[in-house]
Amino acid sequence: MAISIEEVYKIAHLCRLELDEKEAQIFSNELSRILDYFKKLQLLDTEKIPPTFHTLRIKTPFREDEPKVFPYIEDILKNAPQLYEKMILVPRVVKIK
Amino acid sequence: MDLTEFNIVKTLELLEKRKFSSEELVKESLNYIKSLDPKIKAFLYVNEELALTLAKQADEKRKKREGGKLLGIPISIKDNICIKGLPTTCASKILQNFIAPYSAEVCERLSREGAIFIGKTNMDEFAMGSSTENSGFFPTHNPWDLERVPGGSSGGSAAAVASRMGLGSLGSDTGGSIRQPAAFCGVVGMKPTYGLVSRFGLVAFASSLDQIGPIATTVEDTAYLLQIIAGYDPKDSTSAPIEIPDYVKFIKENEKTSYKIGLPKEYFESEIDLEITKILMELIEKLKKRHKIIEISLPHTEYAVATYYIIAPAEASSNLARYDGVKYGFRAEAKNLIEMYKKTRAYGFGKEVKRRIMLGTYALSAGYYDAFYLKASKVRTLILQDFLNAFKEIDLILTPVTPTPPFKIGEKIFDPLQMYLSDIFTIPVNLAGVPGISVPVGLTSNNLPVGIQVIGPHFKDELVLSLAYQIEKELDLKLIPPIVNKS
Repeated sequence: MAISIEEVYKIAHLCRLELDEKEAQIFSNELSRILDYFKKLQLLDTEKIPPTFHTLRIKTPFREDEPKVFPYIEDILKNAPQLYEKMILVPRVVKIK
Repeated sequence: MDLTEFNIVKTLELLEKRKFSSEELVKESLNYIKSLDPKIKAFLYVNEELALTLAKQADEKRKKREGGKLLGIPISIKDNICIKGLPTTCASKILQNFIAPYSAEVCERLSREGAIFIGKTNMDEFAMGSSTENSGFFPTHNPWDLERVPGGSSGGSAAAVASRMGLGSLGSDTGGSIRQPAAFCGVVGMKPTYGLVSRFGLVAFASSLDQIGPIATTVEDTAYLLQIIAGYDPKDSTSAPIEIPDYVKFIKENEKTSYKIGLPKEYFESEIDLEITKILMELIEKLKKRHKIIEISLPHTEYAVATYYIIAPAEASSNLARYDGVKYGFRAEAKNLIEMYKKTRAYGFGKEVKRRIMLGTYALSAGYYDAFYLKASKVRTLILQDFLNAFKEIDLILTPVTPTPPFKIGEKIFDPLQMYLSDIFTIPVNLAGVPGISVPVGLTSNNLPVGIQVIGPHFKDELVLSLAYQIEKELDLKLIPPIVNKS
């Protein structure tokens, strides 16, 4: 199963990765080979088999939606790349007319 | 002080008898790091100053008869598990400067018992790999042969414990990342049942598979560490609300208990190194004296690697979307937000992480979801059923941990599929969520460690530990890498 370079660029855009041409070529070869290996799953008839998304037999636990004090705000802000007072700065997201 | 003579349980007795202080012990552990780690490179961060301060405090507490089950014991922690105030990088450039704002539940529990964190250990970036060569900083070397890999992804933890740089460690296991490096380094490593140990504060890789577990030099130490970290935590929604048995008591009371053990033919019929087969078969003959050992079948074994390498990357592609340069970690300069995301991730992630994010994104994308992700999730059901059916007839399963002894650094790194296939015997355990342990069973003629894997039913971790303990008693090995004795 071959994955074209165009497809590689499309996937890279979906997961927000910048790739150069050389990398895209390598990924096209490698992913094609790995996906080929995955083909063996198609040999199994799974039409009546339900999927397993995790192996626990417990249900999602619920709790009351109560506010609690979060003590680590300062520690979290210290990790931010760029701060303005208590706000994290990011490049502009809105267009200026 | 010769640290090769000590394990956690024995050291606690000696500390209690004041044969030496925790300060002396921690100092000596740091000396081992100073002399050995420039060659082995197991640590990304050594917590020297704080560890010594805590050791002095531990000695004070011991004088006042204040205690803790790990009072004054030096432990290392894999660098994807958070300790408040220390770096947590996941061996990734994208988290190079990240300081954990809170501690993982497991670290809280160890701290409460007086454990001393001596450092954060190297790993494959975001736990993706089987050799620790995918670390974004440097590879770790196998203490038994510096030209070989220690396994991965918890290669730093296994190499550290094998070289006695700390008496135990915590790793994480998504597809074999505790058991495979434990086997490669000649130490004990356990992946508990999915849901037994809280993952709060573990950096997520593949959430339906990830599990934290202990690495130690003996099965008793492994049981002792598991006792402390296991148990319900409301902060992890996959934490199971169950009673935790006394593991150490259980393994001692069942030192001579006979079990019904299955050997899955699909594992033993696959391509395995001849020396490994020989060592395992000799052991199995010995075990037949006490246990009933029969051949069993886990018919969907051959589909496990393909299933895993769809499910794990799919979950990873979603979990790793958070590394975007916005809130923490590395940020690349860019004109707009999309470009910032793309450049940040292009620079911050290494090759294997990118490969898996790409693979996972593809498997989840429109038009391919049913053929890949849904299909793999259905095959996962078949793999789980294999185990459930087997455990109707038997108590435990024995298998090899790895098809080969530790391979050379550079041997598989350029062939991702070959690297993926080296996890063939450990992956099914994560897909099924059952517990598994790797116990050292000998050395090859090249002086490389070999392990055996014990697998048990869900939440029967005590049974897994019990057979592992019996195997350890039967063989009575003392595996110390030559590099440790020489220095």
